[in-house]
Amino acid sequence: MSVAGARTSRAEIARAVERGVVVRGVIIAALLLFVVLAVPALVGADWLTTFASVLIYAIVACGFGILYGRVGMISLGQVALLSIGCWIGTRLAYATSLPFPILLLVVGLITGVIGTLVGLPSLRLSGLYLALITLMFAGATTIVLAVIDFPNGGGGFKGRSATGALTTSTPPVRRPSMAVGDTAFFRYIVIVTALMFLLALLHVSGKPGRAWASIRESEPAALAAGVNITVYKMWAFGLASFMTGVAGCLLAAQVGVPRAITFQTQDSLTLAATSLIGGIFSIWGAVIAGIFNQLLPFIFQAQWNVNSNFLLIIFGVGLLQVLLTAPGGLAEQVPRDMAKLARLVWHGARRLTGGRKKSP
Amino acid sequence: MIEVSGLTVRFAGVTPIDDVSVVFPGGTCGLIGPNGAGKTTFFNVLSGFVKPAAGSITAFGENMLRMADFRRARWGLRRTFQTEMAIEKLSIYDNVAMIHEHSGAKRTTRRADVLSAMEFVGLEMSPKVKVGSLGARERRLVEVARAVVGNPRVVLLDEPAAGLPDEETGLLGEVIHRIPGEFGALVILVDHDMSLVSSCCETTAVLDFGKLIASGPTAEVLRNEHVIRAYLGTEEEL
Repeated sequence: MSVAGARTSRAEIARAVERGVVVRGVIIAALLLFVVLAVPALVGADWLTTFASVLIYAIVACGFGILYGRVGMISLGQVALLSIGCWIGTRLAYATSLPFPILLLVVGLITGVIGTLVGLPSLRLSGLYLALITLMFAGATTIVLAVIDFPNGGGGFKGRSATGALTTSTPPVRRPSMAVGDTAFFRYIVIVTALMFLLALLHVSGKPGRAWASIRESEPAALAAGVNITVYKMWAFGLASFMTGVAGCLLAAQVGVPRAITFQTQDSLTLAATSLIGGIFSIWGAVIAGIFNQLLPFIFQAQWNVNSNFLLIIFGVGLLQVLLTAPGGLAEQVPRDMAKLARLVWHGARRLTGGRKKSP
Repeated sequence: MIEVSGLTVRFAGVTPIDDVSVVFPGGTCGLIGPNGAGKTTFFNVLSGFVKPAAGSITAFGENMLRMADFRRARWGLRRTFQTEMAIEKLSIYDNVAMIHEHSGAKRTTRRADVLSAMEFVGLEMSPKVKVGSLGARERRLVEVARAVVGNPRVVLLDEPAAGLPDEETGLLGEVIHRIPGEFGALVILVDHDMSLVSSCCETTAVLDFGKLIASGPTAEVLRNEHVIRAYLGTEEEL
């Protein structure tokens, strides 16, 4: 190829890439507007609540995706961190009068610190051992919260009432003053979710993302490249836990009475499974994981009256399918297979019309 | 210049490097020896992965063994591994930029530095191409580009031509030979391909069972009878 030819083709590639970015940006903006403006008008209150949970769990899945997809550290304690974020959010909401965005930030930071501490074993352990350790953490969180009966319904930071009864006098966890109603708070959640995704994308496409990719490929090579592995691993845990903490605080305000939720250890496992099914390398995968985790149980239980535990079987089959055929999850597989299908239809149609042209 | 003196490495019961003292004067230096001679172990000591039992390594007046492993890249140490370590999921640009980011070089020159490293090794393609879609030769070139970006002072190449056909090995050799002149870095090349070593390296050191058996100008070293016996001895047996 001549130099001039190479140059024009390079410019063409650059232009095509830019066009791709613009098209994608427009699609995402349109989708975001649709979700913010149209969805609340189209669906009922129970659906809206479910969609809010979908987004909250999508943030958690996004954190799992960063840890496992980007750095290669498997953490099975993400829903435990969500519960911690949820409880910290609840207590801080009662005990302080922080504005809601600051509350989100503070809860995120505290959860981030806790998550980083939980991630410390990842400096020495990986694979199955790290998975077990983080799962133990999830189990311990569930048990401790159950044993100390926290919170038993009181106000303030401790959340304890002398009688020990689940009082109804405690008001629901407050929401931001600008978004008190369900519809407005749903929109608020959409925006916070988009911000969290943006935060994740900025990390992944920047210096931390490259360092993480290097650690995932080979730790000795990353060390030789000058990557401070300790810092970047802890950074990943901190970021994922920060996002999960923010999601937990949103969950607290969404539910209003978080003591009605029971977090179970196995939820962390289900989250890992659905994240892998959705795809751990992309934001779309995180959204699909949120849908699998929250929307499907809702449809099964509330709409079809089928025990949503059946979903575990579906998740199992789905996980097997994804692990065998598409490491990038449904987020990678669906567009690929759709493109294949479209090509097949297109060729079929061309052959048909081509055949007709030749016949006369 | 790198001065190694009295370097000894012991793993339980094994001594992969045994009291080695050698000087790598500059330019491109070869480090050869049969399998298990201690070449990669020596690289691992330089990288900080292995702590030696005794001895010292001084590179350009700096005591290398005192530096934390991840700080050595910022100091200017680069290395490749026997198995290729270019990151498949990242683009060529990100692969090279990643090294630049941790090298302490200026952020403002990153783009220009990365592109000129790509040009230096002869990668004529879009920097946005994912490394996973490249062939063996191009991946090796990406690794060399990673090794020369961001003001390197010492470049360790561990069998950079492994798995490449002869013609491509020759082209890679030319690139390697130009590194000291272009970047002012000292290159240490480990390879089993004698034609590559003799065409690239002005000086060569030979290890056998962890001991230094010869060092000096490449042509002389390759004529040394100890070396022929230890390393090229297979010819006599044929």
